[in-house]
Amino acid sequence: MERLPLVTTSPQIHAPGSTRRVMGWVLAALVPAAVWSIVLFGWRAALVITASVAAAVITEGLLNLAFKRENTLNDLSAVVTGVLIGFNMPPEVPVFIPVVASVFAIAVVKWSFGGLGSNWMNPALAGRVFVFFSWGTDMTRWTLPGIGGADAVSGPTPLGSVKLALSDLSAGIDGPMRLLESAGMPTTYLDLFLGRIPGSLGEMSALLLIIGGLLLIILKIVNWEIPVAYIGSFALFMWAFDGMQYGGGIFSGDVLFHLFTGGLMLGALFMATDMVTSPLTLKGRIIFGLGCGLFTFVIRRFGNLPEGVSLAIIFMNILVSLIDRFMKPTRYGVVS
Amino acid sequence: MNKFKTFTRGGIHPPEGKGSTSNKPIRNAPLPAVAVVPFSQHIGAPAKPLVEPGDHVEEGQLIGEPAGFVSASVHSPIPGTVKEIKNLYLPSGIKTTAAVIELDGEFSRLGKPILTRDWSVMAKDEILDILKQHGVVGQGGATFPSHVKFSVPKGRTCEVFLVNAAECEPYLSADHRVMLEHTEDIVEGIRIIKKLLDPERIVIGVEVNKPDAIEKLKAAGAADGIEVMPLKVKYPQGAEKNLIEAILDREVPSGKLPIEVGVINANVGTLVSVCEAVRDDKPVIERVVTIAGGAIAQPGNIRARVGSSIQDLIEECGGLAEEPEKFVSGGPLMGFTFIDLDSPVTKGTSGILALTKKEVQSFAATACLSCGRCVKACPMGLVPTTIFKNIEHERLDDATAFGLDDCVLCGACAYVCPSHIPLISAFKAARGRKRRLAAMNKG
Repeated sequence: MERLPLVTTSPQIHAPGSTRRVMGWVLAALVPAAVWSIVLFGWRAALVITASVAAAVITEGLLNLAFKRENTLNDLSAVVTGVLIGFNMPPEVPVFIPVVASVFAIAVVKWSFGGLGSNWMNPALAGRVFVFFSWGTDMTRWTLPGIGGADAVSGPTPLGSVKLALSDLSAGIDGPMRLLESAGMPTTYLDLFLGRIPGSLGEMSALLLIIGGLLLIILKIVNWEIPVAYIGSFALFMWAFDGMQYGGGIFSGDVLFHLFTGGLMLGALFMATDMVTSPLTLKGRIIFGLGCGLFTFVIRRFGNLPEGVSLAIIFMNILVSLIDRFMKPTRYGVVS
Repeated sequence: MNKFKTFTRGGIHPPEGKGSTSNKPIRNAPLPAVAVVPFSQHIGAPAKPLVEPGDHVEEGQLIGEPAGFVSASVHSPIPGTVKEIKNLYLPSGIKTTAAVIELDGEFSRLGKPILTRDWSVMAKDEILDILKQHGVVGQGGATFPSHVKFSVPKGRTCEVFLVNAAECEPYLSADHRVMLEHTEDIVEGIRIIKKLLDPERIVIGVEVNKPDAIEKLKAAGAADGIEVMPLKVKYPQGAEKNLIEAILDREVPSGKLPIEVGVINANVGTLVSVCEAVRDDKPVIERVVTIAGGAIAQPGNIRARVGSSIQDLIEECGGLAEEPEKFVSGGPLMGFTFIDLDSPVTKGTSGILALTKKEVQSFAATACLSCGRCVKACPMGLVPTTIFKNIEHERLDDATAFGLDDCVLCGACAYVCPSHIPLISAFKAARGRKRRLAAMNKG
């Protein structure tokens, strides 16, 4: 024999799969939404996403080099973080902002805690929140999408307009869609679903995000528990309690409006499902998803900010170790 | 809702890989010119050698006697002369002495008519003594001496005798072939065990990927009230504790034996040995071994004498078609790799696999992503990644609290891990360390 056979401990065979494969599929699932952002906002979208990916990859590469650690770029996780940060940026954002967000995400949130697998907060979300509170104006300057991005007309997001209009609402009105209409921004559900509204680069089309998310769930790259529990509980809370602020009763909330606006789909399908920062067990993930749904609802309904997804997920990230501690599977032959 | 029973927690579905062997009849391997017979082919104390270099031995002669309560007899598989007593390592990593026997002289059993005896007149102790004298051990993998296993402890009763015919390890089909070709022997073996244990129920658990075996066993066992239970295909269905859960919906309490829930179980191959020992007065000197894997030219099931070299069996199957990445003794999920092809077949060798690079999928470990796939795969309801992290941080007490000792080492967690973390390797090492620490503290 030319070469000695391997000597290993059992199991002697292994399912095909690797971190790189997991991350590669996540990237593939994000491609449709990325392409759509470029269609809607033109080269600027490509520039912002590329800049955040480059910043994330270079930061991780340099840190590995400087501290003589193993090269971890091949696992593609830094690329995923970069893409998600780009997705969370408004189209006209100054390019240094996503770069700062990526550097913060990789260096502070991921690397300093021990790298992939050891971070307890989703790096992309942490980066996004960091720059959101640092450069609030730039992070909330929105533009209307137009094919090719030819004319960058500014305008608020639907969630932003509704939040503003609600603050000086005097008489009852039939839900957020009517409110948008009265504010001079008539919008259809299809506009929301396809992303013909102002918003962050990657969150535009609920349709494309759902397609990507379903792909990952079918391939068992991500679990179904978190998206289902998150979207389900969020929809339930909105339906039950959101109608009241428009003068309606209980169970009169506009669920579709809230599902297809803002970062809900991006968050529920691609950020909350980050396996590193979500619970290990099925029960734990359902609780995690329910918590995300509850806090997103609370922030959107009662908070000053129109959006709630990032903060809700980060808040639940903090609770993951607690959830894991109590939500263990029932052990065989052990009576608790 | 699946109509077939299975265990509730976890489990995996690796490619079955049985198709290349399960439809071919068992062939007899040529008799070995030299047999290397280890004195430790079972769990427990190694047998005490009764022969010295230069001694002539008969086929089936006792050459090692049990050296303790949990120990087993060892017999010469061929007639011949003992050349030497040497030390060697078995694929399982166990170091043992072995008798090297060179073939010569007459076969006393081979080709001679079998004289069957009427065991129904024998007392229980007499039957147990026969099992002990004939070196019968469990052939499903654990190789626990049968005369100990089938002695019901005082104050206990065996309510259910479970026959483990799940054969859930990929590639292996030796049990499947034995069920088809030795159906009557299995049923006779069950009748003998029934006399020993006096159980209320006898159930054979078979995975549904062996429909022909299910039919044959049903037909053969009906008159004796033997139930045949088809089980869903899921690994590790044949792990003792999981099989008990699958069939009886009972859980063996942590750290206890199946008799705690009124169950004793045995593998089908063991039952054939029981039958042959008791009815035919034949010691365990041969067994059926699956020779398979992508690198084997003509995979098949072979009846080989104990002590035959693995190299000879591979030759018998057409040799190697390509360079294997690994040689494995046993199944691919719980088996052991080995390099020395001169290693002997023992009573516990269920399969010899030569696996290709593509089948093995061996990669360097990367960081844990906390994806939870190991948790989902674990048939014991453990959180393998947490146990692993505690071991890594030298917290053996915490690892134990999280169920280190309940792990059945089935390998499902490590099989699915996308980061290729050597979970089982760590668990085995940690248990070894615990044993050594306990021994040190004691003495």
